[in-house]
Amino acid sequence: MAAETGSGDPLARELSRGRVLWLRGLGHQGFLMGAVVLGVIVMMAVFAPLLAPMDPFEQNLSARLIPPVWDDRGSWAHPLGTDHLGRDYLSRLIYGAQISLLIGIGAAFISGIIGTLMGVAAGYFGGRVDMVISFIITARLATPVILVALAIVAMIGASLEIVIAVLGLLLWDRYALVMRATTQQICANDYITAAKAQGCSLARIVVSEILPNLANNLIVVATLEVANAIILEAALSFLGLGVPPPLPSWGLMVSEGKSYILFDPWLITIPGVMLFLLVLAINLVGDGIRDVTSPEGRN
Amino acid sequence: MSASALSDTGGIPALELRRVTRDFHVSAGLFAGKRRLRAVNDVSLSIETGEVVGLVGESGCGKSTLSKVLLGLLPASAGEVLFHGEQMSHQKRRAVAKRIQPIFQDPYSSLNPRRSIGSIIAQPLHVHGFGNRTEIRRRVSDMLDVVGLPSRLAQASPAQLSGGQRQRVAIARALILRPEILICDEPTSALDVSVQSQILNLLLDLRREFQLTYLFISHNLAVVEHIATRVAVMYLGRLVEVAETRAFFQAPRHPYSQALLDSIITPNPAEGIPTVHLGGSFPNPIDPPSGCAFHPRCPHAMPRCATDAPRLLTDEAGEIACHLTNMQQGA
Ligand SMILES: Nc1ncnc2c1ncn2[C@@H]1O[C@H](COP(=O)(O)OP(=O)(O)OP(=O)(O)O)[C@@H](O)[C@H]1O
Ligand SMILES: [Mg+2]
Repeated sequence: MAAETGSGDPLARELSRGRVLWLRGLGHQGFLMGAVVLGVIVMMAVFAPLLAPMDPFEQNLSARLIPPVWDDRGSWAHPLGTDHLGRDYLSRLIYGAQISLLIGIGAAFISGIIGTLMGVAAGYFGGRVDMVISFIITARLATPVILVALAIVAMIGASLEIVIAVLGLLLWDRYALVMRATTQQICANDYITAAKAQGCSLARIVVSEILPNLANNLIVVATLEVANAIILEAALSFLGLGVPPPLPSWGLMVSEGKSYILFDPWLITIPGVMLFLLVLAINLVGDGIRDVTSPEGRN
Repeated sequence: MSASALSDTGGIPALELRRVTRDFHVSAGLFAGKRRLRAVNDVSLSIETGEVVGLVGESGCGKSTLSKVLLGLLPASAGEVLFHGEQMSHQKRRAVAKRIQPIFQDPYSSLNPRRSIGSIIAQPLHVHGFGNRTEIRRRVSDMLDVVGLPSRLAQASPAQLSGGQRQRVAIARALILRPEILICDEPTSALDVSVQSQILNLLLDLRREFQLTYLFISHNLAVVEHIATRVAVMYLGRLVEVAETRAFFQAPRHPYSQALLDSIITPNPAEGIPTVHLGGSFPNPIDPPSGCAFHPRCPHAMPRCATDAPRLLTDEAGEIACHLTNMQQGA
């Protein structure tokens, strides 16, 4: 009984999976660009206390609305100028990265747990469980997120934690849909039946057979939801029901600048551009991860 | 009962099915509500230790459903499954898993693409609480050797293996708990013809080495003739004939078995069962024919066949469910 190892030595042409993905990532332009921009913004957030030239909360009413350096009236004392309360705009922008990322990741994390649990349960058990969960997902899809978020925040008040919690409790629908469909596909495989036939517990089947195969899709949805939560936070803050002042949220900065749009438009453009860059970068990274790890890309 | 039983177990069969029935409830249409589909109907079969029972029948006749009931993955709607005389329903899931293991048709879907070969084969040991890592590693590499794979493949991922190699891995995984019974659901039909015989021979070697008992489901009658000691023919959820392999292939007794065997002497034997010259098509399992389910396609059908379902009767040549034989024998 000779083994059919005729197709060449499989280990000889073997690169570890991690290395293959890494090389493919380096060859993916969108992913690279997104990763660089995202990396810079994450660094900004992490090292904000070291990078920010001033205290982002310190007001100086004698130095209000100073324009950025590229304007004739600007100076290097405030490279991006100051806002209507005389706070250093660059420092606020740098600390604002913390808020945006915190909200994006926090909300995507909470909704990821809710959505994944629901999706995996629906996909694995099928039948009645699936019917009930699908109904809940449909009900959630029929709910206007911004309106509900506004109503909740208006009722119980705004704080960073509340915004994260509200967004986290609202944004799980895409996770649930994708995880349900992916789990159904995975469960049709014989390796799940084999695991059951070995006497595996439900926990072991989910953790060691289903989740590793969900991971790619989970990461892609998570990046989309991070970007989604960041935009929603900015929208809520712009409407005055997001992160409360004086926290330096980019959405709040746009909101606070809106009265000065005619004479000091940079108050809006600078945080607006940062939001745009951050969301774009996250989406590029998400798309890149999908392309790099998708089964079609595998040999 | 079987001339080829390898060991004497005091007459208690390794695996015994007593009137096993399995129903599914399927929706018959948008407004029709749920209908009962009897996928396995009153099947009784006993398999002695060391036997290889080949289970054949058209697609959709309930072979895979029967195998899932045997593995304890689907509960039987009625009847019971016994291992060495003990009821399966009284045993823990894990205890059943230690005695009976499956091998699947598609080796591409039976191995988790995210795990290494070594961890796939070791999984049952982890599940059953063998803690010692070096011991586990040793048993995995022994098992790779048994199924004819080099032990360095333990680090490889399934994507790097050929179909035949994958099927060997699946066999290693099934054997690592030293089960007594393997349920092989068309284990070679997804493989290249050249690899098929290697896998079949491996299964036959392992049967001797590990004293295994097989239930071997296949569409391919040539494969069944090669590997089985006894053949069981299923039609629309029921067993219609059980006979020793040689006798079965020389002189099948049930008209359905005869039609199946005729089909492999057609010019294109590779097509197997689907080319049966049976006239009518396979009946709708939700709405099975009255009486003997085979009567609309049977060349020897009598008026009685449309009204009474024949029972599976045992005689010196095997078991058969057909009014014709019963009549000829004066039963
Ligand atoms: N989970 C299920 N729900 C409803 N009906 C099912 C289910 N599984 C199987 N069936 C039905 O039971 C019958 C028997 O199916 P089964 O898969 O056991 O056939 P099979 O003999 O293995 O066929 P094949 O040779 O194609 O594998 C079919 O009519 C099938 O539609
Ligand atoms: Mg089948």
